[in-house]
Amino acid sequence: MLLAVLLPFLLAIFLVIPFRKYESLVARTVWIVPAGIFSFFLQTYLSGNTGITGKASLSQIIPYSLQWNLDGLSLLFVLMISGIGTLIFIYAAAYMKGHPYRIRLMGFLSLFMGAMLGLVLSDHVMNLFLFWELTSISSFFLIGFNNEEKASRQSALKALIVTGGGGLILFGGLMLLGQIASTYSINEMIALRGNIVADPFYPVIMVLIILGAATKSAQFPFHFWLPGAMKAPTPVSAYLHSATMVKAGVYLLARFTPVIGGTELWQYTLIALGGITMLYAAFHALLRTDLKGILAYSTISALGMMVFLIGIGTEASLLAVGMFILVHALYKAALFLITGIIDHETGSRDITKLRGLRKVMWPVALAGVLAAISNAGIPPSLGFMGKDLIYESTLHHIFQPIWLTSAVVITNIMLLIAGFNAGWRPFSGNLPSAFSKVHLPEKSMWVPPLLLAVLGLGFGIIPSVIESPLMQDIVMSLHGVSWAGHLALWHGFNTVLLLSGITIVTGIALYFALPQSSKIAAKITGLTALSPENIWTKIALGFNFLAIKITAVLQNGFLRLYILIILAFVGSLLAYKLANQIYFTIDYSYLSPVTVYEAIIVGILIVSILFTVFSTSRLVAVASMGVVGMAICMIFVFYSAPDLAMTQFTIDTLTVVLFVLVLYRLPKFIKLTFAIRHIRDAVVSIGFGTLIALLAMEVLDNQPDRTVSKFYGDNSYVLAKGKNIVNVIIVDFRGADTLVEIIVLSIAAIGVFSLLKLRIRQSQKIE
Amino acid sequence: MEILIAICIGLLYAAGIFLILRRSLVRLILGLILLGNGANLLIFLLGRITKGKPPIIPDSAQTIADVYADPIPQALILTAIVISFGLQAFAIILVKRAYREVNTDDLDQMNTHEQ
Repeated sequence: MLLAVLLPFLLAIFLVIPFRKYESLVARTVWIVPAGIFSFFLQTYLSGNTGITGKASLSQIIPYSLQWNLDGLSLLFVLMISGIGTLIFIYAAAYMKGHPYRIRLMGFLSLFMGAMLGLVLSDHVMNLFLFWELTSISSFFLIGFNNEEKASRQSALKALIVTGGGGLILFGGLMLLGQIASTYSINEMIALRGNIVADPFYPVIMVLIILGAATKSAQFPFHFWLPGAMKAPTPVSAYLHSATMVKAGVYLLARFTPVIGGTELWQYTLIALGGITMLYAAFHALLRTDLKGILAYSTISALGMMVFLIGIGTEASLLAVGMFILVHALYKAALFLITGIIDHETGSRDITKLRGLRKVMWPVALAGVLAAISNAGIPPSLGFMGKDLIYESTLHHIFQPIWLTSAVVITNIMLLIAGFNAGWRPFSGNLPSAFSKVHLPEKSMWVPPLLLAVLGLGFGIIPSVIESPLMQDIVMSLHGVSWAGHLALWHGFNTVLLLSGITIVTGIALYFALPQSSKIAAKITGLTALSPENIWTKIALGFNFLAIKITAVLQNGFLRLYILIILAFVGSLLAYKLANQIYFTIDYSYLSPVTVYEAIIVGILIVSILFTVFSTSRLVAVASMGVVGMAICMIFVFYSAPDLAMTQFTIDTLTVVLFVLVLYRLPKFIKLTFAIRHIRDAVVSIGFGTLIALLAMEVLDNQPDRTVSKFYGDNSYVLAKGKNIVNVIIVDFRGADTLVEIIVLSIAAIGVFSLLKLRIRQSQKIE
Repeated sequence: MEILIAICIGLLYAAGIFLILRRSLVRLILGLILLGNGANLLIFLLGRITKGKPPIIPDSAQTIADVYADPIPQALILTAIVISFGLQAFAIILVKRAYREVNTDDLDQMNTHEQ
């Protein structure tokens, strides 16, 4: 199983090699890999070995194990991914013939396939997330494959931002879920469902996971990236955007149904989300004239219906989901591939122009009709059975059977029309002379869609192939109870049959009645300003604008403003903390009494500080600065720090001398700043100074730990033979530090010396 | 006395920051010096101040038995004073040289507005 997931990744790496003259051979044989994976899983299915869970350690070096879980749901997906993948590889080799980067496309497809397989097989939610992100990334490369086109790049970016952003949201949800369940294995979570659902964080988790799924599965209002993603080459659209990747969101919701599903909140959210999406997108599909546009919107609608069905959450509806995933993948991939053929051969995808192509490419037309029939749910196709199950589940919903059923019926009618528009309209009618030279493409292009379409019909006629154990296992893994019913085309005369009949008859009638023109499409463009896509773009541009503005304010090149902002920020944090925790219970008995001379020194200190700040004369300012230093020196003297006093005295004197020496070469202070800035700076600096003072007083309230000091006091003579403890610390205990300090001073001295000696030639001066 | 020193520290910080925010380079250096002094005094105060008991072992003894001023903040401050002198000396000379080259000590005029 590990090999099955790793194989596509290895293939992707293998395809990086430039093959030159073997390029064609490689491109035409690469499908063997997905075919092998498909046969492996098919064999697993046929031998009835489902329900496999297991662990596979990657290696001894990487202590990371992948937890597998192959149940009915996973099996359905892996068969679709590898099966349709095989056909896509065959098709793509012909479709991209002559393209310089054909192999690269296949490499990306292979990467995507691996990610998708990993996604549906993971049992550990973090594994699942990892592969989830990989699908987003590989789909980014696939959508932007024609990277010379701007629209293509933009679509790729849009898809990446929406699905990647959704991925982050999902990550949050999965983390929370893992924390609450204290396990990251989905299988183990199922047993803990009661605790999870009762947790106060449950709604948060649910919303986050649904958001993640909604972005991936293009649910309203995140659907807009999917039509954009149609910029990708058609094989990619067929693979990613109909059969596999967009279903990852549906997979996720289905997978988590036994864990977090079943609550009323879950039901109503999903029914609303899916319901809006399916109606909105189905309506849009009718307005499109571009074949890929029609397919994109009908795919969104179908995805909406799947979400809707998961929301209903009954046994019948979950079975319907499983069925519908399969049905939809078969006919939608077929329709996409057909579109690709039409586009490839005629150069057009406009259904108002394409006509009568059945006369030049009858096998493609046959595939189109079969796919449209399966889409429409006309018996004996598998689609008919899928629709039956959908109606069955909405009709038996406990709360709103009428509303839900009518929503589904309306959606299905619209989807039916869209399906015929895509699968039948280009082939009907008379062949325009412009297309008379169009010919049938090579076999490897028309066989895959035909095969898919025929399968859609074949499964309908012999449903037992998929009924047991595949569909039974799906119901088992989603609903927890095994399902004993049977799939059949004929259930007798009942409401469901009546609804199916209504859908088909109304749909076909409307198909012939509705005019197809680009005029209708043009009319709705007036409303694009209100579309989610437009709003999204506005928000993105707004972010850009905001970033520019913020940068202009914060990174304006004025150093002191940076300092101001940093101080104001740190200050407010500090103030917030202090305001909440300060007690101001100063025990005065601990404090030293104030003597007269101390009071005088403090007075001098304060006055000289004020002089330094406010003096307009440089000399006075420097002299006052010297006085400040001297006053501090006196404080050191009073409070038992003779070494400090001596150093302070020396250094202070030196600084003043140095300052005065260079001062007469410097300009006078000029009043440069505006009064309002003075006030602003004063507020910040006084505020910060007050905070520091308060902090100091607050710290004084706690008694310090003196153990280290005591160590020095006890040992400075015993160990280092020195009586002055401060000196001993500096030159002995922390001697290495002092050495470094001396080095720093030397560097400063060298700097000073070279600055004084430096001669800058006139030509080198900065203007 | 501790309260008074705490107020002085606050004042030194406020004055230092205010001067750093000015456009004149000379004031900036003055601000740096005041801020450094404030920080030194803060460390000194937080190590608790003790009157007339320097951390020096008497001639007659091997260790101090009596209460004595904490030597660690003092060692720290000593280092800080010396290092800050290195910084100040370099900064003062740099300002002097910069002034000679570009004829201004106004930070805004030194800014190159290339963007």
